[in-house]
Amino acid sequence: MTQPPTSSPMTVRRTPVPDILIRNARVLGGEPTDLVLRDGVIAEIGQGLSADGAEVVDAAGLVALPGLVDLHTHLREPGREDAETVYTGSRAAALGGYTAVCAMANTSPVADTAGVVEQVYRLGQEAGLVDVQPIGAVTVGLAGERLAELGAMADSAARVRVFSDDGFCVADPRLMRRALEYVKAFDGVIAQHAEEPRLTQGAQMHEGDVSARLGLTGWPAVAEESIIARDVLLAGHVGARLHVCHVSTAGSVEIIRMAKARGVRVTAEVTPHHLLLTHEKAESYDPVYKVNPPLRTDADVEALREGLRDGTIDIVATDHAPHAAEDKECEWAYARPGMLGLETALPIVLDVLGEDWPLIAERMSYAPARIAGLDGHGNALVAGAPANLTLVDPTVRWSVDPTGLASLSHNTPYAGMTVPGRIVATFLRGVPTVLDGKVQK
Amino acid sequence: MKHLLSTADLDAATATEILDIATEMASVSGREIKKLPTLRGRTVVNLFYEDSTRTRISFEAAAKRLSADVINFSAKGSSVEKGESLKDTAWTLQAMGADAVVIRHPASGAPHRLANWVTGSVLNAGDGTHEHPTQALLDAYTMRSRMGRIDGLHVAIVGDVLHSRVARSNVLLLNTLGAKVTLVGPPTLVPTDLNASVQVAYDLDAVLPQADVVMMLRVQRERMTDSYFPSAREYSRRYGLDGARLRRMPAHAIVMHPGPMNRGMEITPEVADSPRSTIVEQVTNGVSVRMACLYLLLGGAR
Repeated sequence: MTQPPTSSPMTVRRTPVPDILIRNARVLGGEPTDLVLRDGVIAEIGQGLSADGAEVVDAAGLVALPGLVDLHTHLREPGREDAETVYTGSRAAALGGYTAVCAMANTSPVADTAGVVEQVYRLGQEAGLVDVQPIGAVTVGLAGERLAELGAMADSAARVRVFSDDGFCVADPRLMRRALEYVKAFDGVIAQHAEEPRLTQGAQMHEGDVSARLGLTGWPAVAEESIIARDVLLAGHVGARLHVCHVSTAGSVEIIRMAKARGVRVTAEVTPHHLLLTHEKAESYDPVYKVNPPLRTDADVEALREGLRDGTIDIVATDHAPHAAEDKECEWAYARPGMLGLETALPIVLDVLGEDWPLIAERMSYAPARIAGLDGHGNALVAGAPANLTLVDPTVRWSVDPTGLASLSHNTPYAGMTVPGRIVATFLRGVPTVLDGKVQK
Repeated sequence: MKHLLSTADLDAATATEILDIATEMASVSGREIKKLPTLRGRTVVNLFYEDSTRTRISFEAAAKRLSADVINFSAKGSSVEKGESLKDTAWTLQAMGADAVVIRHPASGAPHRLANWVTGSVLNAGDGTHEHPTQALLDAYTMRSRMGRIDGLHVAIVGDVLHSRVARSNVLLLNTLGAKVTLVGPPTLVPTDLNASVQVAYDLDAVLPQADVVMMLRVQRERMTDSYFPSAREYSRRYGLDGARLRRMPAHAIVMHPGPMNRGMEITPEVADSPRSTIVEQVTNGVSVRMACLYLLLGGAR
């Protein structure tokens, strides 16, 4: 778009960018301090700084966090540009305080070749609001039958390190073992959507008293837990890294806790919605609450919160899943599963964890960047670090309006809910992507 | 009452009122001219996404006996087959001035969704594996007319409870009306957490001597291929109602079935055709009960 075809994406950012002087930001909730952003990095940090010609951002009362990193985002492009595009999803991400998102592979065509992951990567660079890091499919066409060319995707311009068939489980144990082993060659990680497909045929919601009452086919907790148990054993056996997507049950937390204690290299994520909402939401039959894995019980929510606090669960990931209106304004059983998440993730986590800013930075920035191998992200806000950060006003409470979100789709489960914490500004390598709560592109 | 989506929405007084109105309606059905002018000028749409001749005809007869205009809308061969969404269909019916929509749908909760999109009343005529409220009401009506009461009765509901909308509606309504319910079937087909107030049993022979009402549910043969039970014969041996089991029941106890029956599977012809079977009465009572529901929903009671 803006770049000549021969230049690399990096050259785009060489256009002169004014220095930024952020005044009186509370880094991770600490004492107010100034930051100078210059040439893509935090040039100086301290009190009473000045910078000639710099654009001044008054951050009095605002908390500075490292730019958030989402390990689990559905951007829908290519294939469902009516639900979301890389550009609109990038806007939503920037407004949510993110500077990097990992785009899931279940697009159409599936991101199972170097060509498709490079396309998504390039679209992200062109949008220029967050770093879009493509995730590659584990198996060809997400069909769970044979490995996609994982090495080619790793070697591509997109430098893929995370591989996932998300939406589907790599159910075949032998194939899963091979995938875990194979990606060790380039320090890759398999992000598993843990769902034993034979136990979830036709499943619509959490299997329990509510599903029994509503006559909706149950998605039993054991379908998730049995796969996680198998996979941590496999990962331990072959000495590979495993990442577990959207953990949703108390039993899963327990299994992961046990595996970590045994030294298995496993990491895990939880979504904001699984930290807050429960299966009773299905009583309305409104498919805005239909999601995979499904909303579970109060006891599961409690266990997930505890796991997130104690580190059993490493990160919060949104599983941002935009869907066109016609895929949600229908019968529950016919609706697609998934919820928007990018613009509400930090407020929900703030609501759940409270203002524990160092913990929020770890779970939403440092740890996801480490898992994804994104060196330029998830760094502490110190002089010399890449200037990827976001400014949050924790005192503002706002009401979620589905049509007021930047996403092309409106399927947020938080409509009308009042949540704490407003993202005021976001900077990607020193360039403001959001200022005064407004996206800059 | 605006809609009839679930028997959970009915308190004992309202449910009893429906049964009482149905009794009056039954007397109309016994007359030479089986018609009341009550709903003249009102439009009732039968919106059927599943084939169900008996339920559709029953609702059609009920609406016509109350002099309503009836429009039958079957998904087969309609705009639905051309991909029209439930929401768009709802708006179409709305634009045509439907006062009530009777909906049968394979997806649980579809009537609840429809109720958001139309201003008229919605009657759930069976949604997926969720509920079938008018069936439960006609079952209650049948029990009351045969046994003289519902409060204190012990009702055994036998068979594929897991997939049965009839069972779900009956459990809720019978609870409200003071009956004791025992669900009986193989553990694969009986959810244990359906309702805290019901009992669950896996041995039919142990339950039969204590039952006042034995309600047999239809078992679909395809459950067999999905390993809910090993074979049709084994199912029949363990949970089918035959003459020998009928004789284990108290002398006053009745046998019910919502139909259509699988003769030889869950019920033998000897039992189905015995004087203790209420199967044909249930069909007759269905019209009176649906008349009562339409009457109540469409403001006839005001």
